[in-house]
Amino acid sequence: MADFIKNVKGFFNKVGTAIKKFFWDVRRKINNVRRRISNFLDKHNLNFANKFPGWAKALIYLSPALIVLVIFTFYPIINSFALVVYQNYNMTNDTITGYTIFGNFLTVITDESFIVPASHTGSSAVINTLIIVFISVPISVLLALFIAAALNSIKPLKNFFQTIYFLPYVTNTIAIGLVFAYMFKTEGGLVNQFLSLFGMDTEGLSWVESGAVYWRSMFVLIFYSIWSSLAFKIMVFLTSIQGIDKQYYQAAAIDATPRNRIFSKITVPLISPMIFYILVTSVIGAFKIYNAIVALFGVTGQPAGVDYNLQSIVMYIYKFIDGSNAGNLSVAAAGSLILFAIILVLTLVQMQVSKKRVHY
Amino acid sequence: MELRLENLTKIFTNKTGIETTAVDKLDITIESGKLVGLLGPSGCGKSTTLFMIAGLVKPTSGKIFFGDDDVTKLAPEKRGIGLVFQNYALYPHMTVYQNILFPLENMDVPRDEAITRVKEMANLVGIGNLLDRKPSQLSGGQQQRVAIARALVKKPKVLLLDEPLSNLDARLRLQMREEIKRIQREIGITTIFVTHDQEEAMSISDKMVVLDFGKEQQYDAPQEMYNSPDNLFVAKFLGNPPINTFEAEVKKGYLTINDKKFMKVDLPDALYDIGMRPENFRVAEEGGFEVDIHNIFHIGRDTMIHFEFNGKNLRALVDSDDISHGQKKVKLTIKSERVYIFDKETGLVTNHG
Ligand SMILES: Nc1ncnc2c1ncn2[C@@H]1O[C@H](COP(=O)(O)OP(=O)(O)OP(=O)(O)O)[C@@H](O)[C@H]1O
Ligand SMILES: [Mg+2]
Repeated sequence: MADFIKNVKGFFNKVGTAIKKFFWDVRRKINNVRRRISNFLDKHNLNFANKFPGWAKALIYLSPALIVLVIFTFYPIINSFALVVYQNYNMTNDTITGYTIFGNFLTVITDESFIVPASHTGSSAVINTLIIVFISVPISVLLALFIAAALNSIKPLKNFFQTIYFLPYVTNTIAIGLVFAYMFKTEGGLVNQFLSLFGMDTEGLSWVESGAVYWRSMFVLIFYSIWSSLAFKIMVFLTSIQGIDKQYYQAAAIDATPRNRIFSKITVPLISPMIFYILVTSVIGAFKIYNAIVALFGVTGQPAGVDYNLQSIVMYIYKFIDGSNAGNLSVAAAGSLILFAIILVLTLVQMQVSKKRVHY
Repeated sequence: MELRLENLTKIFTNKTGIETTAVDKLDITIESGKLVGLLGPSGCGKSTTLFMIAGLVKPTSGKIFFGDDDVTKLAPEKRGIGLVFQNYALYPHMTVYQNILFPLENMDVPRDEAITRVKEMANLVGIGNLLDRKPSQLSGGQQQRVAIARALVKKPKVLLLDEPLSNLDARLRLQMREEIKRIQREIGITTIFVTHDQEEAMSISDKMVVLDFGKEQQYDAPQEMYNSPDNLFVAKFLGNPPINTFEAEVKKGYLTINDKKFMKVDLPDALYDIGMRPENFRVAEEGGFEVDIHNIFHIGRDTMIHFEFNGKNLRALVDSDDISHGQKKVKLTIKSERVYIFDKETGLVTNHG
């Protein structure tokens, strides 16, 4: 039996070697041909590639990506700048009644429920979005950092825990949203059952259904967006922590550095470029929040039977394309440009602050 | 503080189960306040030994004592040692100043004193003007000196240096060598100095250990070791230019070379490895053995001659005055106690110690 296994192994080894040899020779032949072509071109002065200046070559190589970007990104951006100056643009017959510079912006800014809080609830799309951004992003980044550091320091079951924390990333957002909505049900929801274990009166304590107050549904929303964005952040942080040279930790151990100082003085600064990257992208991502709200509260952004609205800026914009106010693309464009401006300013501020704190 | 290694062994096992014995049953006692050089070729287990003493690598077996305390199982942070890593391990995001201050921030030291100590130490190693730079803005030699300052600033009980001068130029190396020795004497700190440069080890150490394949070859004072090596490996490892070696037979109580009786020895008849240091040859007017000179190199005060002897090319380092330009033949002598005879099987010296 042992002999048989040995023979099989030997056979596979031989086949493997033969395959490797074959591909080695193929590569040699290809290289040979390539060399001959290039020699030929050089000899007859046909090598056009060398005649282009550097930028032209760069442009040629970049063109596939550039074409896609132009069609799907640059054109819409430029187009929204164009749309925003149309007055009373009618999408169906493509007519306008004139031009305006600030008119559409004014419409958006003064619109009740964009910036100005709706009088009866005190919330608006911008306020909702800002709350989500400024609460969920810091919490999720810090939490991801701690979890990544903890994951890095455990030895047994390491892979198991890494998988657990990564699962939300490969799970559909809408599906998680539905599970959340189910967990936070008023009647028999997991959360209420859990709370009643501690003797809390959960009778009629609603989170996402009729009767839920603004902050309670907002809590669920923030909880959800932290949870669903955690996996990716943990993965990025864990990978960068694992890339840190072990010697720094050995040196720190020799110098009797306490754990929390190792974390704050060595781990965090050494992965600070990654933290900054995650911070910037999460702020942008959180500003564009959309499907989390839809998953929890439906397309209106309004939990059933409540008088406030949890819609985000993007949801507000989307309504002008495909909602109750459908058709007024100019207003939607104004809203997007305002969102763009907010994100731009915030990102610039972050970059400025990071200059001192990020170590490349 | 006395440092004692007892039967210290480290075996690395890789994923496929192949074992590497990095350190093999090391038994060494380092007296308090002494500087011991740990010397050996690349891969002989010097760093591993140091890391075990530091607590960063767990020994497979054996014990480590600091004074009377068994520290084998103690965590590195509790050992109170200073360690200069072979590749410095300076924190890249901190300035030189912050790097040197870092160990003190973890200790119970008043801030003013800490700052004074950092400045003093930086000046001592000659980087006082570089305190605001990041490690990436320093040359290898400057980084090395920062690493030394960082290890010394906390005044450790034991100082471990892993090839701390390997990146310095010759002059600075000499200067830093003396500096380290001076600081070490001043603080009276027990120190292990790893190097693969035998000259460096000989000049700085009170005693040295030569390792090969993780095994201790000899533990002695440098001059002792040079003059009476325990085995062929040590004899070959020490000395520049290296010792001449060749095979020769002992016949009827005489070491016989080229069918001539060379010297009387008290050894059984057999084939032996013979070692003769180049600088132990003398030019003789009378007597000695005559050799053909192949090459003459004048190197300052001394002259190196290459000559053929017993079918091998040997080197002799002699006084320049004794050799004239273009000389073809010379008579050489060597004192019999400077002829080392090693057993062919064990490599052990048979006529010394
Ligand atoms: N983590 C490890 N896993 C497996 N083998 C190791 C490990 N560390 C060291 N070794 C092996 O142990 C032996 C001794 O290594 P060590 O680093 O102590 O050598 P060294 O004397 O410091 O060499 P150098 O002068 O090149 O620094 C080497 O053969 C090395 O390959
Ligand atoms: Mg080493």
